[in-house]
Amino acid sequence: MPDVQSTVVEFVNKLRKRKIEGSQATAKCTVELLRSVISHQRVPHANQAAALIDAVKAVGEQLVAANPVELAVGNVVRRVLHIIREEDLSLTTAAMGGLDLLDASDDDDVDNCKGIGYPAMSAAVVAAAARSTLRPPSLQTLLEGTPESATVPYTSSSGADSESKSKSADKSSLTRKLKHDVIEGVNQLIHEIAGCHEQIAEQAIEHIHQNEVILTLGSSRTVLEFMCAAKEKKRSFRVFVAEGAPRYQGHLLAKELVARGLQTTVITDSAVFAMISRVNMVIIGAHAVMANGGVIGPVGVNMAALAAQKHAVPFVVLAGSHKLCPLYPHNPEVLLNELRSPSELLDFGEFSDCLDFGAGSGSIQVVNPTFDYVPPNLVSLFITDTGGHNPSYMYRLIADYYSADDLVM
Amino acid sequence: MGAQKKGGGARVSEDAVEQSRQRLQAILLADSFATKFRPVTLERPKVLLPIVNVPMIDYTLAWLESAGIEEVFVFCCAHSMQVIEYLEKSEWYSHPNLLVRTIESHKSISAGDALRYMYEQQTETSQIQGDFVLVSGDTVSNMPLADLIKEHRERKKKDEKAIMTMVIKQSKSSPLTHQSRLGTDQLFIAVDPLTKQLLHYEEDKVDHPSGSVCLEKSLLDTNPSVLVCNDMQDCYIDICSPEVLSLFEDNFDYQHLRRHFVKGVLVDDIMGYKIFTHEIHSSYAGRIDNFRSYDTVSKDIIQRWTYPYVPDINFSGNRPLKLGRQGIYRASDVVQSRSADVGASTVIGYGTKIGNGDKISNSVIGNGCSIGSNVVIEGSYIWNNVTIEDGCEIRNAIVCDGVKIRAGAVLQPGVVLSFNVVVGRDFVVPAYSKVSLLQQPTTEDSDEELEYADSSSGTADHLSGLNLQMESKASELGPDGAGYIWEACEGAHDEEWKHSVAPIPKDKLFEITQAIDDDDTDDESVVPTSGELKSDADSINTDVNDPNDDYYYFEKEVEGTVLRAVEENIKVDLVTLEINGLRLSYNMESADCAGATFYSMIKLAVDTPHNSASELYKNAASIITKWKELLGFYVKKIDEQIEVIMKFEEMCQESPKELGPLFTQILHLLYDKDVLQEDAVLRWAEEKAGADEADKVYLKQCETFIQWLKEASEEEDEDDEDEEDD
Repeated sequence: MPDVQSTVVEFVNKLRKRKIEGSQATAKCTVELLRSVISHQRVPHANQAAALIDAVKAVGEQLVAANPVELAVGNVVRRVLHIIREEDLSLTTAAMGGLDLLDASDDDDVDNCKGIGYPAMSAAVVAAAARSTLRPPSLQTLLEGTPESATVPYTSSSGADSESKSKSADKSSLTRKLKHDVIEGVNQLIHEIAGCHEQIAEQAIEHIHQNEVILTLGSSRTVLEFMCAAKEKKRSFRVFVAEGAPRYQGHLLAKELVARGLQTTVITDSAVFAMISRVNMVIIGAHAVMANGGVIGPVGVNMAALAAQKHAVPFVVLAGSHKLCPLYPHNPEVLLNELRSPSELLDFGEFSDCLDFGAGSGSIQVVNPTFDYVPPNLVSLFITDTGGHNPSYMYRLIADYYSADDLVM
Repeated sequence: MGAQKKGGGARVSEDAVEQSRQRLQAILLADSFATKFRPVTLERPKVLLPIVNVPMIDYTLAWLESAGIEEVFVFCCAHSMQVIEYLEKSEWYSHPNLLVRTIESHKSISAGDALRYMYEQQTETSQIQGDFVLVSGDTVSNMPLADLIKEHRERKKKDEKAIMTMVIKQSKSSPLTHQSRLGTDQLFIAVDPLTKQLLHYEEDKVDHPSGSVCLEKSLLDTNPSVLVCNDMQDCYIDICSPEVLSLFEDNFDYQHLRRHFVKGVLVDDIMGYKIFTHEIHSSYAGRIDNFRSYDTVSKDIIQRWTYPYVPDINFSGNRPLKLGRQGIYRASDVVQSRSADVGASTVIGYGTKIGNGDKISNSVIGNGCSIGSNVVIEGSYIWNNVTIEDGCEIRNAIVCDGVKIRAGAVLQPGVVLSFNVVVGRDFVVPAYSKVSLLQQPTTEDSDEELEYADSSSGTADHLSGLNLQMESKASELGPDGAGYIWEACEGAHDEEWKHSVAPIPKDKLFEITQAIDDDDTDDESVVPTSGELKSDADSINTDVNDPNDDYYYFEKEVEGTVLRAVEENIKVDLVTLEINGLRLSYNMESADCAGATFYSMIKLAVDTPHNSASELYKNAASIITKWKELLGFYVKKIDEQIEVIMKFEEMCQESPKELGPLFTQILHLLYDKDVLQEDAVLRWAEEKAGADEADKVYLKQCETFIQWLKEASEEEDEDDEDEEDD
């Protein structure tokens, strides 16, 4: 446990000092940290799921507070909580099936394996049924459902074999089962985050066509992979890269694109409107996607989106599922932006004499925001690892990934 | 936590590992060894003073930690208990990546002492293992250090003598006040643009008030190019090799890091140690040295130049504030009246209440303050738990913890109120006054004095200028006030505005502008154009034609000596001895002595009252006859004799009416008295033969004499030949 604690503190420090950049890297670190938290967490016999949830929440709160702007941290924490709840629920229903054969009135046993203490067994079953009906029948839940239903005979058979010993054996196996399943689920999440680029890039061929002109802004690994995937499929197209002042990450992207053999043109951010009439599609990577379908992206994105709307150019946003944030941008708890050091804009030495010497009134103020918000009505399409979606569909997708209980942490 | 264990018992076994990979270490001086922050520092060490509601030391430690430093030695001196207590309470002692250790020493009164103490400790425990970063606990920076340390190590590998790398940053100093933004004096440095080696370091006020820079001529000889800058700011961040500590040990008189150490290393070419510079461009670094830099750095933090060490980020366990529009940072639980007007660049801490109709702008307000109605706060720094009653006006002031300002009181610009002071009702605290509950100290006996005791002579004067105020001062801040207004010491009063939080007043700027205009005209008349390149090295200046100051003084001294000798009739031997002494002390040659002695003798003759030329001649003749031995002592060589003739000629040119006609006569006299030999006269004549017509006046005058001499010598030659023939 002390090991976990120190890694948590270390990670919190990194987040505070803004040492980890990019939502994918942050998400990956977060989920790996949470996995170790879960695996080191001692689970009591009673309320195992609640214990796990508490542990994850406690760590999650620290992480979110360390860098509230990096929404991916909160997203991943909520995803993990959701996994715990889901696994718990499926185990409960499974145990329910087995327990029907056993002493039905044994409340003790039932309480052990339930996350939220239901007053009676029937109520639990009803609630579980209600939950599964509430949830849209997405592909993922259907796939997840099959192996869990397969576990039902195992527990029930062990319970049926020796009724007297079954309680203790059940408990320990259930304990291990829950933790094991949760870790399994978290591993899947890690895999998903790591593989989101490929998942998204696979769809490139359907969106980028021959001889098209694509405009992008700033630098995003997802966008890079997406374009390269299209290139590999022998699509020939041209890319305009807006440089993304003041950090000029567009320059890096342009270099990478050229290295992969794409026809690349670098333009200034202010030239976006002038060039947009020649562009067939705008593709950008998002920092986060809000529940209403709004996008938080690198500064300057809103301008590009407005230009695209003016010329009726499709504005496509690429986002891995870890970027889907279950919060709405009007929520005061959501910090949408971060102001970085003005030194990216101005040279301190050059302007030091007009910063504040002498009279305080006539000094320069420099604001350097990192992000921009694009309202949902400007976005034409989201491409996530599960396919293309409309902005208005986002809330549905989010309901798939998150439990409503975890929205407020 | 694992890192902490490493520091303890397990060290020995890990020595081998550490040899291969040196730990990055830093020495943090948690004491500024200066007096700039009095009276506040009497009660709390400077590093714990809040800047934008976070103690200074947290900025430094947070930066060191994120720059990859693994071990920090916090050197505590004044108020060491407070520093240690604070660190124990904070999360720094249990930090996983940064091992913080404290070193206490109450004896140290300067940075030099502190480093010497470290060195002594080091021999016992070997704490400092390699290159280390030397910073002071009041540094706010976000520069990356890892690359710089690597650069320093690689340079050290190539050149054993490169012992230190100094961090500098471009920051224009004000052309008016010769001051940087941080309120320090203008800095002149000379750097080799290729190697970045520091060649010259000079703080304006300390060295040359006039604004001219003197460079060693040899610098230009040895370096193909030299870059002289005056728009640099010294960040007081140094990467040092262990040799630096031993240098401090060897030179026990080094106190100040820059004034003594850097200059000492630059001047001393015996050891040949070198200091290099590193200029940072995009990152920030600033040291809070005085109240003005406190103001400037606070503003830089609010303007986010120090990102990520800004108030809305929790970088060291501080509670993050929320950043709103126009750079207003506000805690989540601030109670603010709707009618209050909170302007741009303002920070308001937790639990603070702001009343009706308040106007607050460009200010920092700490935690737990309560501010009444219709209060005006501008450009001020209000620390924690301050109570400000209705209708107060506070402009450009620093108000420490627990201060109470009663209704209607006014703080004029530049005021500093130390802890728990109470300002009475409707009282006006005059500009630049410093108020404390403690009386102004007069002696250096208390422990707290270490905070500002500086052994340099400047500070000694500073302290002696402080006078104890004996009378009861309860009413000094109004009838219901509490606190003593400190008297600024003499001399420092004029400087007060320079280091204060208040912006420089317009009339001062006007004065300075005028002074500069005057200076400019003065400079042109007083300092000759060649003065810019005047060399420090005297040995180069041996050319006689130079208007040599030394020679002038030497001549004066010789004249005095001769005069006295004549008046008191001193023996020739003694006079020679005295003149020889002068010769050595002024580093003159014997030819100069001859010239000077002769000059004084003739001068004496001229000065003696006389009516006619013949009388003057008599005077001269008598003096020369009497003191010919003295003169003869110096004119043993032909060159020296020629020097005498030249000198005489010069004098005649200066006063052609009096001495001019006597030139031949006296020359003849000198020849007769065997002071001059005929060779010398002839050589002089030969040299002069090629000169301009104007110079030949005296040559022509004594043509007959020379002719006669020539003939005489020929005769002698003939005689010689005759003798040979025999």
